[in-house]
Amino acid sequence: MSVNHLLGIKYLNKRDITLIMETADNFKEVINRSIKKVPTLRDVTIANIFFENSTRTRLSFELAEKRLSADVVNFSAASSSVKKGETLIDTVNNILSMKVDMVVLRHPNPGAGIFLSRHVKSSIVNAGDGAHEHPTQALLDSYSIREKLGDVGGKNVVIVGDILHSRVALSNIFALKLQGANVKVCGPRTLIPKHIESLGVSVETDLRKALEWCDVANMLRVQNERMDISYFPSTREYTQQFGLNLPLLNSLKKKIVIMHPGPINRGVEITSDVADSDQSIILHQVENGVAVRMAVLYLLASKIN
Amino acid sequence: MGQKVLLTSKEINIILHRLACQLLENHLDFKETALVGIQPRGVFLADRLANILKADYGVKDIALGFLDITFFRDDFGRGEILRANTTKMDFLVEDKKVVFIDDVLYTGRSIRAALTAIQSFGRPRSIELLTLIDRRFSRHLPIQPNYRGRQVDAIGDEKVKVMWEANDGEDRVYLVSK
Repeated sequence: MSVNHLLGIKYLNKRDITLIMETADNFKEVINRSIKKVPTLRDVTIANIFFENSTRTRLSFELAEKRLSADVVNFSAASSSVKKGETLIDTVNNILSMKVDMVVLRHPNPGAGIFLSRHVKSSIVNAGDGAHEHPTQALLDSYSIREKLGDVGGKNVVIVGDILHSRVALSNIFALKLQGANVKVCGPRTLIPKHIESLGVSVETDLRKALEWCDVANMLRVQNERMDISYFPSTREYTQQFGLNLPLLNSLKKKIVIMHPGPINRGVEITSDVADSDQSIILHQVENGVAVRMAVLYLLASKIN
Repeated sequence: MGQKVLLTSKEINIILHRLACQLLENHLDFKETALVGIQPRGVFLADRLANILKADYGVKDIALGFLDITFFRDDFGRGEILRANTTKMDFLVEDKKVVFIDDVLYTGRSIRAALTAIQSFGRPRSIELLTLIDRRFSRHLPIQPNYRGRQVDAIGDEKVKVMWEANDGEDRVYLVSK
C-alpha cells in the first residue's frame, strides 16, 4: 500500500486497488468458513467514530474488525461530549490516548478525515465524509463488478441519480477510472455537478440511452437530507424519468448488472422487482463489503509500526 | 553467493517414494486421513505425494487441501505486508488424521501458525508433520517432523531452496549461501 490512511480513492494508485482486491479474495474465503475469524489483528484496537447515521457501513466495519480479532470501541456523536462543545481533534485525541491504533471516521464535513490525519497519530479510514468520498463503498462496488464480470477494466458503468450530493459517486468514478472502466453519469441536470467531464466521465440525461450503453448500472439514492433547495419538481417526476423498473430493464437488448449502495428507497430510484431480480447484486455488495473492509484494515494495520 | 545441490531430481524421486510408503504404512487406505499442503511451497510436495500414492500405490481417494497460514502468523506488522495465498479446503477435518506437508522445516513458526489455522476447519483426531528438508538446530519452537526426507545442517544465513518440476521446471534442492 502506498498510503498510511484510506482517506479517499483519489489518493490510491492502481496497484493499491489490485492489492486490496486480491487480499479481499482471501478474506472472502475466510468469512465463508464455518469459523469466520482469524487472529491477525488481535493486538490492534480500532475506534469507529460516527458523526453521521449509518447502519450498513458501521455494521460492516464492526464485523470486519471482529473477524480480524481486533478490539473495537464504538462512538456515535449523538451520545457524546461533542454535544458539549468538544472539537473533533480533542474528541479523537482523547479516544487515542486510551491506546487506540486506528480510527474509522464518518463525518458530515467533506475532508474531515484528511484534516484529522494531519493532526492525530493514528491510521484513519474514511467511512464517508459529507458529499466528498466513501472509499470502501467504491472498493466493494469494484470488487462486486470484478466478481460478477471477471474484470472492471473495459466495462461500461453508468452511475444514475443524485451525483451532486453523492460521495459514493465520486469515489466510484475515481476507482472505476483507475481500473480502466468507462464511466457515464446519468440524472437530472440539476443533480450533476458542473465540469464533471473533467474527471473523464460523460453525462447522459436519458436513462434508456445510458442503460442501453452500459454493462453495469449503479443506482443511487436521492439524498433528500443533503438538499437545501428543490432540485426537481417532485419525487414522482424523478421516478418517471430516472427510476429503474422491470419493463424498462426487460426491454434492454442485453442483461445488465444492477447495483445499489443502499439504503434503497424502493419505488423511487429502483422498483422492488428490479432490486430483487436475478440481475441485481445488491446483497452481494453487502457481503463483499465485509471482505473488502477486512482487506483495507489488514493492509493499513500492517503499516502501523 | 554460492549454491550447492543438496538433492538431485533422482534423489528427490527416491525420497518421495519412501515418504509415500511411510505414509501408506501408517494410513493404509487414507479413508480417515487428510493431506494438507502448507501454502505457498508445501502444496507442490503435497500434490506430488498424492499423485504418487494414487498412481503407484493404488490409493483411490485422498482428501487433499491447501492451507494458507498468512493471517495466523506471529510476525504481523513487524516488516513487509504479508501477502496471502489461497486456502482450498473442501472438507472438514473433524475427527480426521491430518498430515501437514511442507517443503522445508526451519524455525517451526509456520507449523505453529498452521496448527492454529487448521482449527477453523474442525477438530482433527491427530496432526502429523511431513517435510522434505528438515533444517536441524534452527528451531525456535518445540516442533519436529514425523516424516522427513533429508536432514540438513544449514547455518543461519544459508537458505534452502526447493524447486519443483510443476512450478520451476526441475526437481532440485539447493543450499544457497550469501
